[in-house]
Amino acid sequence: MSGPVSEPTRAEVCVVACAEAWRGDGAILASPMGLIPALGARLARLTFAPDLLLTDGEAYLVDEDGRVEGWLPYAKVFTMLAAGRRHVMMGAAQIDRSGNQNISAIGDWRRPKAQLLGVRGAPGNTVNHPVSYWVPRHSPRVFTPGVDMVCGVGYDRGAYELRVVVTNLAVLDFGTPERVMRLRSVHPGVEVADVLAATGFPLAVPDQVPVTRAPTAAELDLIRTRLDPEGARDRELT
Amino acid sequence: MTRRVPGHGVRGVPGGAERPPGLALTPDEIVAELRDGMTIGIGGWGSRRKPMALVRAILRAPLKDLTIVSYAGPDVGLLVASGQARRVVTGFASLDSIPLEPNFRRARQAGTIELTELDEGMLHWGLLAAAHRLPFLPIRAGLGSGVLEVNPELRTVRSPYRDAEELVAMPALRLDAALVHMNRADAGGNGQYLGPDPYFDDLFCLAAERAYVSCERLVPRLEGPPQTLLLNRAMVRGVTQTPNGAHFTSCVPDYGRDEAFQRRYAQAAADPAEWKKFHAEFLDTDEAGYQRAVQ
Repeated sequence: MSGPVSEPTRAEVCVVACAEAWRGDGAILASPMGLIPALGARLARLTFAPDLLLTDGEAYLVDEDGRVEGWLPYAKVFTMLAAGRRHVMMGAAQIDRSGNQNISAIGDWRRPKAQLLGVRGAPGNTVNHPVSYWVPRHSPRVFTPGVDMVCGVGYDRGAYELRVVVTNLAVLDFGTPERVMRLRSVHPGVEVADVLAATGFPLAVPDQVPVTRAPTAAELDLIRTRLDPEGARDRELT
Repeated sequence: MTRRVPGHGVRGVPGGAERPPGLALTPDEIVAELRDGMTIGIGGWGSRRKPMALVRAILRAPLKDLTIVSYAGPDVGLLVASGQARRVVTGFASLDSIPLEPNFRRARQAGTIELTELDEGMLHWGLLAAAHRLPFLPIRAGLGSGVLEVNPELRTVRSPYRDAEELVAMPALRLDAALVHMNRADAGGNGQYLGPDPYFDDLFCLAAERAYVSCERLVPRLEGPPQTLLLNRAMVRGVTQTPNGAHFTSCVPDYGRDEAFQRRYAQAAADPAEWKKFHAEFLDTDEAGYQRAVQ
């Protein structure tokens, strides 16, 4: 690219924040759900986490150029999952302060107001291997005092490891003695008060809240020219 | 319900024990061997390699009160919309490129379908237990989750070894019948998939008292890598050739998902009047009529 590099967008900050979730994971299966987590996983693989395994969304493991390097049909995904050699970043229609997550249904489970995805693999994921979450619209409707159906289990129900929750506003984690949700960093331009107002339960807030790290010039170039040249990432936040 | 009898001997079913095994059948002949109240497993995954011609044959039959075990896609959607499924056993119902199965969603919100909601891995384990004729298999998935609350019949078990770990005792998901779709099969009941993923079709067949295979093409002799020969004839009760029989789900490499038709299905399912029209145009007909209508 020629000319000055423009400022990173919020979506680009989120891609990098998602990528950071997989830092240090080594040769495990990264399973991102959603576009920005997928861009994050691929960015991590291209930069600081080259050992990550990625799939094509069907049954193949592919390298950073989409070339097949392995075969992973669903039965083998389940085995990798149970072996603990996986780190998934899932979505959440609801999530509470202990990290209990709901993607199944809103309202009374017996006759829901809104039937959503179903529990999918969330119960098994959360008791077997590290799990992170991606919430493109941080709001009190998502960050709720309790969830209508516990799909992914929280720390109070035996979660294996909940790494981070990345949202359009902030990065959260469970780095408190009681393992409840804590504000780890706010994205550039976001105030701590914005995050508190968008969270439907009391959030642990350290005295000093850092700002989420900005993408490096090299990361921005990869995102803009190689991973998502069409700019689809912005649409996931609107 | 029929008693569980090892092997092929199915008593009390017209065309069952009397019929020589391995005979190639029509979809309607296969469905004539099913009964009200049966638990039927359907292979494939979401909107991928579903035995849709057999599902359409069920839609034409007077079957009712079915329990459907499936990694659910439009197979479940259609059987829910027709009112023939009373209960669904699954971890999701999705069209893949359209995240939510519209007919399933509508029925859940209307309270007209019963659901046994399981983690995807629990469903796998239940089929594996049934295939191995075990009462249950231990698994971590489900512990601490709402799955144990909405399915109060589920139990946990403690490891008898030094770890003494508590695990979910996933009960066997025994099936009265299984329906799967293969790319190729022979008249004896050997089945071959040529796409990227076998899904759990072999387990569905082994978990079932009798399994039926539809295929894109019946061939005298199966060719290709040995790993693609997923089903053997000991697992299969009947075979039928249904070209384009997985439509509108994917059946690669023979064909991909018909995304345009799937969108049409989903749009129709969102509106009762539209659904009536869709039904008249595509489903109030036999398989040949369906295939002509979707060309």
